[in-house]
Amino acid sequence: MRERYENPIVEGVARLMVPLIQIFALYVITHGQYGPGGGFQGGVILAASLMLLRLTLGEEYEHRRFPPSLAVLLATSGLLLFVLAGLLPLAWGAPYLNYAYLPMPGLLEPEARYLGILVVEIGIGMAVWGTLVTLFDHLMGGEAQ
Amino acid sequence: MKWLELVVLGLFLALLIYAEGDLPERGDPRAPASIHVSPSYIEQSMRDTKTPNIVTAVLADYRGYDTLGETLVILAAGLAVSLILPRVKTPRS
Amino acid sequence: MMEAILGRYIYFMTALLLVIGLYGMIAKRNLIKKLIGMNIFQTAIFLFFIQGATKPGATVPVLDARLGTEAAHYINPLPHVLILTAIVVSVATTGVALALLITIYRRYRSLDEGIILERMRRS
Repeated sequence: MRERYENPIVEGVARLMVPLIQIFALYVITHGQYGPGGGFQGGVILAASLMLLRLTLGEEYEHRRFPPSLAVLLATSGLLLFVLAGLLPLAWGAPYLNYAYLPMPGLLEPEARYLGILVVEIGIGMAVWGTLVTLFDHLMGGEAQ
Repeated sequence: MKWLELVVLGLFLALLIYAEGDLPERGDPRAPASIHVSPSYIEQSMRDTKTPNIVTAVLADYRGYDTLGETLVILAAGLAVSLILPRVKTPRS
Repeated sequence: MMEAILGRYIYFMTALLLVIGLYGMIAKRNLIKKLIGMNIFQTAIFLFFIQGATKPGATVPVLDARLGTEAAHYINPLPHVLILTAIVVSVATTGVALALLITIYRRYRSLDEGIILERMRRS
């Protein structure tokens, strides 16, 4: 499972499907406020697209394009985005994670909270994506028995 | 020792079925889970956040602190796996 | 008496799933089967929590312009929020458990509970 799958049909279908899966995952994350969806669901779909790439194209090719250290960086920066979006209202005297006081000129309170929810959902999506790819890499790495 | 485990499981099942006599019926609109704070979430979500999806609004705005702690738990699990198992070896061809 | 049983049929099914998961965790000797039992137990807990959110004649908790904002038209959103995070946490927990199983296998060369305990006593 760590070498390349030597079959042109499998490789062609995987290369075609992965961008479509990622666009759909981006749609699920950003339209989580109008229908079912949100950060967790989109993050899991993004991780599934990356696992498809690693299974069909072989690990030596994929580890150069998307190294495991990039997955860890993605996970921690997603959480950092969440924490910073909560710390920003503290500078204006509001409680932590109260998005109503985000410093955007000309926005009423409901729209400022809408923007706060969107930023937090993107942060959660990145964190879940990075963590699931890290789990996959460490469970599949190591020498074969 | 197999019969001891089966006896324990049978007692557990009997205890659960006895305890469900006090729980509300399925779909009861006056159940305690539906009358305290969730009607206010449903009625004020559009006015406060302009988000039609009530579940996302509650998850990220009204209960955002819980979501922060839970994302931290996911990150801790990923960190634990990367520390237990040895380093991922990039194969050199 | 019959109405009390028919109105609460969901609790019998959830109790049955709980007992099946607990049987897998206690009575099986293979470590992977114990892990599967834990997953069945978690699924039964999710089912028990979510079924308490329905209301008769109500629809999903996404606000519709034709139904307004009355509380009796939408099902309770609070259990859905709690279970959403619990599902992702259960995936991460299963990942950590699998990592521990890999380490145990590399050290003791077996996944059977009795053989592992015997080898631990010997070494």
